[in-house]
Amino acid sequence: MTDAVLSPAPLSPARLALVGNPNSGKTALFNALTGSRQKVANYAGVTVERKEGHLTSAVGRRVTVLDLPGTYSLRARSPDEEVTRDAVLGRLAGEHEPDVLIAVADATNLRLVLRLILELKQVGRPFVLALNMYDIAQRQGLRIDVEGLSKELGAPVIATVATRKRGIDDLIAAAEALYEKHAENPNVWREPSAAEIRAAHGEAQRIMRTYVKPAMRPDTLTGKVDGVLLHPVAGLLILLTLLFVMFQAVFTWATPAMDLIEAGFAALSGLVIQVMPDNLLRSLITDGLIAGVGGVVVFLPQILILFFFIILLEDSGYMARAAFLMDRLMGAAGLHGRAFLPLLSSFACAIPGIMATRVIDQKRDRLTTILVAPLMTCSARIPVYALIIAALIPNTRVWGWMSLQGLVMFGLYAAGILSTLIVALVIQRLFWRTASEPFMMEMPAYKTPDIGLVARQLWQRASIFMNRAGRIILPLMVLVWILSTFPYPPEGATGPAIDYSFAGMIGHAIEPIFSPIGFNWQMCIALIPGMAAREVAVAALGTVYSVGDVEGAGGQVLQGILATKWSLATGLSFLAWYIFAPQCVATLGVVKRETNSWTWPAVMFFYMLALAYLASFATYSGAVALGWG
Amino acid sequence: MSKIFSESAGASGLDLRGEALGAARAGRPGVIVRVDGTLADAGVLGAEELERRLLELGFVEGARVEIIHQGLFGADPIAVKLDDMRVALRRREARAIEVKFD
Repeated sequence: MTDAVLSPAPLSPARLALVGNPNSGKTALFNALTGSRQKVANYAGVTVERKEGHLTSAVGRRVTVLDLPGTYSLRARSPDEEVTRDAVLGRLAGEHEPDVLIAVADATNLRLVLRLILELKQVGRPFVLALNMYDIAQRQGLRIDVEGLSKELGAPVIATVATRKRGIDDLIAAAEALYEKHAENPNVWREPSAAEIRAAHGEAQRIMRTYVKPAMRPDTLTGKVDGVLLHPVAGLLILLTLLFVMFQAVFTWATPAMDLIEAGFAALSGLVIQVMPDNLLRSLITDGLIAGVGGVVVFLPQILILFFFIILLEDSGYMARAAFLMDRLMGAAGLHGRAFLPLLSSFACAIPGIMATRVIDQKRDRLTTILVAPLMTCSARIPVYALIIAALIPNTRVWGWMSLQGLVMFGLYAAGILSTLIVALVIQRLFWRTASEPFMMEMPAYKTPDIGLVARQLWQRASIFMNRAGRIILPLMVLVWILSTFPYPPEGATGPAIDYSFAGMIGHAIEPIFSPIGFNWQMCIALIPGMAAREVAVAALGTVYSVGDVEGAGGQVLQGILATKWSLATGLSFLAWYIFAPQCVATLGVVKRETNSWTWPAVMFFYMLALAYLASFATYSGAVALGWG
Repeated sequence: MSKIFSESAGASGLDLRGEALGAARAGRPGVIVRVDGTLADAGVLGAEELERRLLELGFVEGARVEIIHQGLFGADPIAVKLDDMRVALRRREARAIEVKFD
């Protein structure tokens, strides 16, 4: 104990947790408190995101801050809100109890949060009330008797402006003072009945009337903007324009960056090929590892662009409006209004689309959206579609002006959209056997997004994808490489090397299963490396037909070979296969990460496989019957 | 339910017959006189849970309410001004809210 005499005893660390309504600026406050010292993970066993950060207080105490999901009530209605309830009550598995709660309130919108605070009081845990966005309240001429409110609630009340880091030190000091006092009361909280909620509303109303003078200059901007953005016709047109720009951005703006990343990894492979002798290690490094890492990194531009838009839409308050406008349309497929955005993003790529399902609160609606997202025609299918269409569909005109090839392409996209909506409806109505949750949400006042906060959230999305999804995707990519490489062809072998590999063996073994849908053994083999990503199927077909460089002159050659070796029925069957088949391990990897379980990627894999087989079988049989075999 | 009526709506001196918010036109302000989950098709939630959720979002007897926006198809969903807030919901659930229009 001599140390304690020489230097002051280290202060015991404190644990804080942020609780508040959605849109109360909780994330901004969390950011102001902990800055860059944040960590995003999942709570044990659930898909709810766990955000924790650290700070050191003015007196040198180490403080941990947990940012709990936003809620209107401790009565949990979703997995996110269950986490908040259990954390507040101190019974969340694998988590320490918070020492002090910070109730975060939007100072301009106190009515609902006061009722939540009355619930928090029953829990008995000490809490501080942070009146956030206090500058906006002042600008509106809203007057709050902070001292009176503090006496009434029996808790310190601190005015804060999280985006300008104002009031943050006072907030921490107030929380520390409570922590030192250990002033816990017994927990008397239980789930309130409707009558008790009414009574609490009455009490909150009384507190409001006593301590808050209503705004002299209330926000009228939001109402005016909504007059345009929620207009039944103009609002929809604006939304569609916005979506069009987003879709274009994800689809085309990402392309130069993706090309650059691919070229970079190709150059790296080239370098390794130059300095290393041709052996197994070199193949592992270039075809396995570099191609595998490249296959993960290449999705980053799309993810960053998409999430840039999503975070802007969320933080400005527009997302709730977009969900409102799309609710009827998505509701027809049994989905929530918010599902439109992930599904639209899946046109570019299902991976950012599946990550974007986080905007959906309800677990079942989120799962359904994840499961159907890969049915939307992603951009990786385009090279496959383009090759088969160019090789087998005659370049003629329908009714003199429509290209038949273009029409087939359109049909493939339409089939993708239609099957997405139908499968979603089937899952919602038959699988879950329940109608979807009611659509009810607060539409927050519009706000200018904070640039720093947007950047931090964007960074978190990128690192989550690289760390978590990458860790699943990379080994799967290496597995695909192993299957396509081993064992080596025997001495003096004449066919392409892949023919002798595990992929070749699997291809030959599954050929009898695939012959009813018109696939030959070359196609069956190409499906195995094609698991790495859909567009890889083109290169894989090039390999099994020994064509070589399909990106250059080989592409024409391959097209010629397919035109002679495949019947039209086989080509159409292959196209039908690619509408549905789960030919993408990266998608399965990201589903594992987002659902925190292997069950859902397995469900996805098998239902898509079954759909693909049925669709191809129907297409092939129909085409043969029409004499196109 | 009658006890709750006398507490909240009675204070503002209104008579207690209202019209369902779920069937109302846009642009008519009024006061909520009754929130009762059994008035609507509560679906998966059940009447009690629907009522509690509406209450938690601020649909409580005595609150001022007005439909300010509605969807293009079937005028559904609706966006309502609820005291100082704006809330979006479907007409199906809004049937649980009875409003005495001004």
